[in-house]
Amino acid sequence: MAAKSTIRSEGGKVRRVIVVGGGLAGLMTVIKLCEAKVPVDLISLVPVKRSHSVCAQGGINASVNTKGEGDSPQIHLEETAYGGDFLANQPPVKGMAEAAPGIVFMLDRMGVPFNRTPEGLLDFRRFGGTLFHRTAFAGATTGQQLLYALDEQVRRYEIADVVDEHGVSIPGEKMVRKFEFWDFLQAVLDDSGTCVGCVAQDLKTMQIKYFQGDAVVLATGGNGIIFGRSTMSVICTGTAASSVYQQGAVYANGEFIQVHPTAIPGADKLRLISESARGEGGRVWVPKDAKDQRNPKEIPEKERDYILERMYPGYGNLVPRDIASRAIFKTCFHEKRGVFNPKTGRNENEVYLDLTHKDEKFLRSKLAGILEIYEKFAGTDPYHNPMKVFPAVHYSMGGLWVDFEKDARGSLKAGSPRNHATSIPGLYAVGEVEYQYHGANRLGANSLLSCIYGGMVTGPSVASYQKSLAKSAFDLPKSIFEKAEKRCQDDYGRILKQNQDDKGAENPYKLHQELGDMMLRDVTIERDNATLEGVLTKISELDERVKKVACPDGSQRSNQGAQFVRHLENMLVLARVIAQGAKNRDESRGAHYKPAFPKRNDADWMRTTLAKHEQKGAVKYLREFDYTCAGQSVHVTDAVDASLVTPRERKYEQAGAASAAATGKIQQPAASEQQKSV
Amino acid sequence: MANSDSKGTGRLVHLRVKRQDGPDLPETKRWEEFKVPYLPQMNVISALQQVQKEPRTVDGKDVAPVVWESSCLEEVCGACTMVINGRVRQACSALVDQIAPNGEVIQVEPMTKFPLVRDLIVDRERMFQDMKKVKAWIDIDGTHELGPGPRESPEAQQERYPLSRCMTCGCCVEACPQYNDSTQFVGPFALNLVRLFNMHPSGALHKNARLETVMGEGGVQDCGKAQNCVEVCPKEIPLVDSIAQVSRDATKRLLFGWLLK
Repeated sequence: MAAKSTIRSEGGKVRRVIVVGGGLAGLMTVIKLCEAKVPVDLISLVPVKRSHSVCAQGGINASVNTKGEGDSPQIHLEETAYGGDFLANQPPVKGMAEAAPGIVFMLDRMGVPFNRTPEGLLDFRRFGGTLFHRTAFAGATTGQQLLYALDEQVRRYEIADVVDEHGVSIPGEKMVRKFEFWDFLQAVLDDSGTCVGCVAQDLKTMQIKYFQGDAVVLATGGNGIIFGRSTMSVICTGTAASSVYQQGAVYANGEFIQVHPTAIPGADKLRLISESARGEGGRVWVPKDAKDQRNPKEIPEKERDYILERMYPGYGNLVPRDIASRAIFKTCFHEKRGVFNPKTGRNENEVYLDLTHKDEKFLRSKLAGILEIYEKFAGTDPYHNPMKVFPAVHYSMGGLWVDFEKDARGSLKAGSPRNHATSIPGLYAVGEVEYQYHGANRLGANSLLSCIYGGMVTGPSVASYQKSLAKSAFDLPKSIFEKAEKRCQDDYGRILKQNQDDKGAENPYKLHQELGDMMLRDVTIERDNATLEGVLTKISELDERVKKVACPDGSQRSNQGAQFVRHLENMLVLARVIAQGAKNRDESRGAHYKPAFPKRNDADWMRTTLAKHEQKGAVKYLREFDYTCAGQSVHVTDAVDASLVTPRERKYEQAGAASAAATGKIQQPAASEQQKSV
Repeated sequence: MANSDSKGTGRLVHLRVKRQDGPDLPETKRWEEFKVPYLPQMNVISALQQVQKEPRTVDGKDVAPVVWESSCLEEVCGACTMVINGRVRQACSALVDQIAPNGEVIQVEPMTKFPLVRDLIVDRERMFQDMKKVKAWIDIDGTHELGPGPRESPEAQQERYPLSRCMTCGCCVEACPQYNDSTQFVGPFALNLVRLFNMHPSGALHKNARLETVMGEGGVQDCGKAQNCVEVCPKEIPLVDSIAQVSRDATKRLLFGWLLK
């Protein structure tokens, strides 16, 4: 029997749900929960306005079809499934593609300053893996603008009272309570293994405390920091995902890591230059003569090799990211034809990304945000000089396994408590931390969409779950929470104390650099089983050495050293899941490419990698498992639901190949469009 | 992948960092100096990251690594704002080659207008609270499907978008002589948000309510017109124009508002 009130527990406490992470996915979940009258505690590592979503640049996909091209959500679904090399379960993708136009309109109503057409309508631009103009954008800082819009809406709920069933405000209780600068440590599980809250640490005072919650939603983002430097923010260590994985949550498709083709190398970070640069006409090239020393502007058109247009005439510079990254890697690494640097006397790992044929005013209105980044960090004016870029780790397609329930149309069943549920009852995941929408390769401008759509689904899903509970987490014995809190306090104490007197103790930052350098070198664009075997051995070695780490800081205030040791320990666990998953998968699919197994192998590998934590240093890969959701037992297998778009080989050489509906409709191949001037 | 083992050239970067262990520990206030290996494309963040790997001062003293706030490292999140060589800015876009091309000392301090947390970390919560005060949002009816938003000309969008790039970094209030812990002044960034939301067709429906939040103490008349804010804004937001616009609208509201009641 469900509890009497969803607002108050038996003991009279306000029943809250916990959302961890305040990027787009977390904030959208919070808004949907508040609309469903569920009060929320929002826990975030940073003030939510500084979450990694701010870094998204190019835009958000929605088949609004304002350009009369015949675009539709059906084509969006087909191209997303195709771009993801048929590893994504298709019902959630269908739900997302169908909801996309409504999502963009909602953001428009929230005041996002989307670029406009002369008629005052939303403007759309092209992105990878499609021939349609499907991407709405606000300059080249779309993620920032979307995050701010949701942040502003959540702020309204910070001052809104919690209202009980009789319409009476509950004194002192607001719909959203924010806990910023708090680090998620662990989920609190009751005796039946149901998630009933979490333990977190205040990063200013270092206080560790438990939070009760009828459900916990993780919206904690990706894990690029495992690869040392990436395009991700320094907070994207994957620590929360790793922590609940170690508590039993199944982790899916970890080996699928997106490498973005165009980033600016840097000492601390690889800064993204958005795909929108190519969407607006940017062209990737290297000199035909590998030893050409001329200024790029002096190299005539016919002496340039526009590698992507040559290799993939159908989609040109807008092939999906996995394909573009491999082409650039091949050119620079295998053929040694990267841009020649007379100073170093060698061909650098760099190609030109050229926008200089475009009008400066046009570029300023559509791409200023990213061109500013290039100008500031590379020190060259990209309006008049081709940029120099190279691929960088960008996004984790893999993540916590989450469930979905489909309706009769093959889309997501609205309000089902199974949607976005992890394998731990009461624990949900949304945004980049989960694996659901992108298969083996994410299309550009689908990530903002999947975060917001995920939030729109997760809010109602968690509200349904809460309604199904016989007993609120707030009515459980305190001892469950105190035990979990004590465990986390002890672990923190261990980190502070261990190896302090050991002269040969390890520095956690140096250890992280070793991990990152190896992961970046050996587990990204090209993968090889012997090399991966070495990576796993090295991870085992690092697992031992991390025990020898001495926390470099003994302070009880803002102890970032202790926090980093914890994140490093958690990164090592996920690094193994990624590397072992890559080693197991003997095929090439999307972002996962093994030269020794160059073909996709649907017979053996069109299946989800399901990783389960056994103990430190051991991963078990499952073919099936059972979990419980809202009292109902669900059987899960690794089979991919491809009921909507028939799997076939990807052929981006051919225009329109990504969607049967699009084939032949667009007469204008990408390459000729690139040459049109504004 | 990009070479990650980009070795230095023997060149050293010299940092002088103002430190303090906590807000209630003023006796721990001190300057510490560090010399770290130079890396290509190095910024102040990567210099501080080098300190984490070898937390030892130039005097050979082993110390706790410096702590600071950071997130995106591409000057879009606003987290790593600090005072570098006397100027408030983001540490990520403070490139060593530009601020210390000949190995000059780089002086790094926390912002001064907010409560100190530790070392370079301050607590900017006041800014977020003031965003509530000035109603910095559009009052939408809900997130259910209600069709597209209001039409907007490309010109209006191009005017609104730059105002919307404020990352709540705090540079403007750090530089503002009127903003400190003994005043209520909401600061240039908040007044800019009032202008931004009042420009939007739906936001304008609540224009007066928003204006009224900045018509009393701590509001727009507290601006001393020093114009420092616009000088330091990393996103080049026309803050002085925004303040002038809000000031005009507030005056109009003050003079003629009673007529509409």
